[in-house]
Amino acid sequence: MDLFEYQARDLFAKHGVPVLAGEVIDTPEAAREATERLGGKSVVKAQVKVGGRGKAGGVKLAANADEAVARATDILGMDIKGHTVHKVMIAELSPEIEAEYYVSYLLDRTNRTFLAMASVQGGMDIEEVAEKTPEALAKVPVNAVDGVDIAKAREIVAQAKFPADVAEGVAEALVTLWETFVAEDALLVEVNPLVKTKDGRILALDGKVSLDENADFRQPEHEALEDKAAANPLEAAAKAKNLNYVKLDGEVGIIGNGAGLVMSTLDVVAYAGEKHGNVKPANFLDIGGGASAEVMANGLEIILGDPDVKSVFVNVFGGITACDEVANGIVQALELLKTKGEDVTKPLVVRLDGNNAELGRKILSDANHPLVQRVDTMDGAADKAAELAAAAK
Amino acid sequence: MAIFLTKDSKVIVQGMTGATGMKHTKLMLGDGTNIVGGVNPRKAGTTVDFDGTEVPVFGSVAEAMEKTGADVSVLFVPPAFAKAAVVEAIDAEIPLAVVITEGIAVHDSAAFWAYAGSKGNKTRIIGPNCPGLITPGQSNAGIIPGDITKPGRIGLVSKSGTLTYQMMYELRDIGFSSAVGIGGDPVIGTTHIDALAAFEADPETDLIVMIGEIGGDAEERAADFIAKNVTKPVVGYVAGFTAPEGKTMGHAGAIVSGSSGTAAAKKEALEAAGVKVGKTPTETAKLAREILGA
Repeated sequence: MDLFEYQARDLFAKHGVPVLAGEVIDTPEAAREATERLGGKSVVKAQVKVGGRGKAGGVKLAANADEAVARATDILGMDIKGHTVHKVMIAELSPEIEAEYYVSYLLDRTNRTFLAMASVQGGMDIEEVAEKTPEALAKVPVNAVDGVDIAKAREIVAQAKFPADVAEGVAEALVTLWETFVAEDALLVEVNPLVKTKDGRILALDGKVSLDENADFRQPEHEALEDKAAANPLEAAAKAKNLNYVKLDGEVGIIGNGAGLVMSTLDVVAYAGEKHGNVKPANFLDIGGGASAEVMANGLEIILGDPDVKSVFVNVFGGITACDEVANGIVQALELLKTKGEDVTKPLVVRLDGNNAELGRKILSDANHPLVQRVDTMDGAADKAAELAAAAK
Repeated sequence: MAIFLTKDSKVIVQGMTGATGMKHTKLMLGDGTNIVGGVNPRKAGTTVDFDGTEVPVFGSVAEAMEKTGADVSVLFVPPAFAKAAVVEAIDAEIPLAVVITEGIAVHDSAAFWAYAGSKGNKTRIIGPNCPGLITPGQSNAGIIPGDITKPGRIGLVSKSGTLTYQMMYELRDIGFSSAVGIGGDPVIGTTHIDALAAFEADPETDLIVMIGEIGGDAEERAADFIAKNVTKPVVGYVAGFTAPEGKTMGHAGAIVSGSSGTAAAKKEALEAAGVKVGKTPTETAKLAREILGA
């Protein structure tokens, strides 16, 4: 889960990373009081999870409270690269800046360790720095057991060749940033820019944080950081039912068991779609190992509720799950939806293979539901589902 | 001969007395696995009956190893306690720990991986978030259904559980030496490369099927390894061509970030290394058949 800048700022402050004062608001009028609390001047910063907001006009100075209200009026509702601005941060004006740096911690999947990255060329897109002047970006592996103490932080600072007068200040900031990374179960903490002010302070002026949702069990405060307003309504409904669902932009609804098999199903449907009006998968939905009737009903309800869906492909390989249970699940799910008054009109193509496949297929054949078709190979079923979606388009 | 797991493997189960552990211990026993014990400090000294097979419960991995000579542990421990359980297995220096648990926080898996390294990597870790491994006809350590296929001469390594089953099913008449599910998390112990090296050295494996998916660069590195070190034919499959950028597709590690981790790049790298890559699981199985002349 990626956070907004103001949320990153709050987490930095909580763990002692030096930041400026700031608060988030969502109405222009609130900019007045917030600016007054900061002594009458502020920076109005659009809160969007995309880079390049400065160039897009999403960051403005306000010399007084009236100006802050005017700037907030301009920025709230603005579109920045397809992201609508719903919130702005009213931030303390930075003291004059002398230099801009870059620091971050992230997971290095390739080496199965954490990585510190640091550069004295901050303030710009770090991928650009990495590409144009790779020697200016220090990458220092951090062992997950040892972590970053002040000695390790000094090593990072030395490798990135920070000037002597800021070295200790940056090292101290790196220790607190590591504390943020570990304590919050983050996958990424990034400060860009980390600045040196004329009066000699080190400050984190902007930051990015991405959190590991697998750690939610020990991070009860993280749920409140979720941007529920931005979630796709189908994705939100699926999440409420504990379903692993991602909305895509095609016409063939997909239900399968196991993440790999579902990803593969999307691909196979997209290939089949090339022959059938270029239809594409409408979603990713993994109902997992023990696909009960209830889980199947929940999944079908989400997918049939998607107006983009023209046909549904249920692709199940019975491993531990037995196909007869899955077949019963489908039949019961359709009954359940009917009793709920939902008019199911979209065709379903079902492929069952593996554990008890024969039994499962028989259950579907016996139920003889007018909307359900059985195709016993994955490629054949994908082709049929694509054909039906193209016909209904 | 198989890789990592044979009929001589003595298997213990950490988390055996939980619901998932009970269910799968029973299934593993049914597949012929030599399960010599479970671990649960609160139930140490008791035994659990699985259809007439009495399996003793020990207080720790170290005790179980000392009393039974166990050399493999399968872990069905909930995410919150998984790190401590893996660390215990590493401290006991058990040669193989198979971590089935899904949903382990990355800071925990990175920590136990770093810990294993600091102890000299005496414990091979498979997983987390994996279905385990099976050597058909000999032993099953995890949740892969034991009745899909028979012993044979194909070696399989895969990030995905259900795609493992699908591929074993497609090639069930030929059979497998071993099938290893390495897991779909961002940090895993045993990699494609480790399994490829083991299959290359295994005289009973004639062909290797490698299944990858979006995220990270493990497949690209495996391609490089194959080009330099693997003489046996390798057939590949990669899932996730239609996955959008920035969305996690079920597995915590299955995410395209910017332009990195795409299925297209992985397929290209594998093909450049001489691997035949199928467009669908069925086509991949067909490629394997053609090479084996079966």
